[in-house]
Amino acid sequence: MLDDFFIRALLAGIGIALITGPIGCFVIWRRLSFFAGTLAHSALLGVTMALVFELNIALSVFLISAVISIFLLQLQTKTNLPNDALLGLLAHSSLAIGLVIIGFLTTIRFDVMGLLFGDILAVSQSDLLVIWGGGVFILIILKIIWKPLFASTINYDLAKAEGMNPDRYNAIFTILMAAIIAISIKIVGLLLITGMLIIPAALARNISSNPIQMALLSTIGGLLSILIGLFSSLEFNTASGPSIITAALLLFLISLIKTKKFSELKK
Amino acid sequence: MENKNKVLLKVENAGISLNDKSLVKGVSFEVKQGEIVTLIGPNGSGKSTTAKIALGIYKKIDGKVKTYTNKIGYVPQKISIDWTLPIRVSDFMTLTEELNQDQINIALNLTGVEHLKNKSLSNLSGGEFQRVLIARAISKQPELLVLDEPVQGVDFKGEIALYELIKKISDKMKCGILLISHDLHVVMSATDYVLCLNGHVCCSGTPHNVVKDSKYRELFGDRASNILSFYEHKHDHTHSQDGTIDQK
Repeated sequence: MLDDFFIRALLAGIGIALITGPIGCFVIWRRLSFFAGTLAHSALLGVTMALVFELNIALSVFLISAVISIFLLQLQTKTNLPNDALLGLLAHSSLAIGLVIIGFLTTIRFDVMGLLFGDILAVSQSDLLVIWGGGVFILIILKIIWKPLFASTINYDLAKAEGMNPDRYNAIFTILMAAIIAISIKIVGLLLITGMLIIPAALARNISSNPIQMALLSTIGGLLSILIGLFSSLEFNTASGPSIITAALLLFLISLIKTKKFSELKK
Repeated sequence: MENKNKVLLKVENAGISLNDKSLVKGVSFEVKQGEIVTLIGPNGSGKSTTAKIALGIYKKIDGKVKTYTNKIGYVPQKISIDWTLPIRVSDFMTLTEELNQDQINIALNLTGVEHLKNKSLSNLSGGEFQRVLIARAISKQPELLVLDEPVQGVDFKGEIALYELIKKISDKMKCGILLISHDLHVVMSATDYVLCLNGHVCCSGTPHNVVKDSKYRELFGDRASNILSFYEHKHDHTHSQDGTIDQK
């Protein structure tokens, strides 16, 4: 029989995979992998802020993500440095500031490792509520904005010319990304949320031929990673978060074999 | 006749600057229903920029742009689809509009690429891709079509057919067309109004008048001015039944 904590971990993981599947596709289509990483790094600052000001962690992480996004837009207008340099600057400096502030919090014992890698086995019922409630909300918004967001992803000018208002949907998508990181930071940790956003979507690309199919396969890939990762962490007594990402990587490698065969067939 | 056709797009004294450098300025024109307006000019003269100004793509522009329709079809000059995005021609067709299978098939058939419907966009050749772009833009039955070098990369025979198609669309669907083209032959023979750009409007008017303009000659050279003689031949005299020439 499975323990309660393990069932909760499974439910939390499944919830996260359902959201990161389709959102992750947009992350790689829009070349936002590094941006997602930057938001995840800034989440550490968000968590320390939550501790300092006694705020809700998810809310605090969400607010810091929003601040970082706005700051990035400001930097883009002030300098001609390429985006990846600006993102690296923001990611590492917000991580550093977070760690510096933690150093001052002598009264609070703080599990930095837990924050980096998450602790999916420690998920509480209220955490589950946050993930599933937030997740359903995020997926409904994504469903509503799918068409204009997709058009804006394909080509900004075309979307704008034909009345799709790409600026609005680009902004909404950034908010959705911040929301995902906010609700999942406690469970999978900041290093692994980026992995869950990117790896399942990447493996899905190798084996799909249209956008809807890719979103579905990405979700399935995420679910399989969660299941394989969690059960093997139980079996081999390994850290659960990293096991999930390792499982995702294995699935990615398998998807590569399939792609290779496809391209050989074409020749 | 003039008043009967609805004005779809009105550009008044419009322009745009980037880092205090003017890209294009002082452009004014109108596109009416059933009318083809073309922008010509050398590379870097601001043709595409003018089209984008007219489409409201830029946030900050000088002057005024008014569109009197929201049914707009746009064929941009350059569009690149990243490999990371798996998309078939049929997915691309419904990018900004809901279409049923019949509507998709008809539009693709018009530009001669129905057989590519289930192909991946990234596997198309340049010419095939242009045909898909045109099909997508006309499939939503727009009132205003903006075509930026729509036949680039299309072979010579296909080019003529596509320009004929564009002309037919403007006649049949009564939509207004803003066209950017390098092909002076097409511009001069098939369009109603020409704007000759070089950072500003050098000259404008009917093809007939523009060719006579000295500024047009300066921009395109004398050979380009002879281009119309070929077409004008049809207009400067008529033949009577027995084949003799009636002077105008």
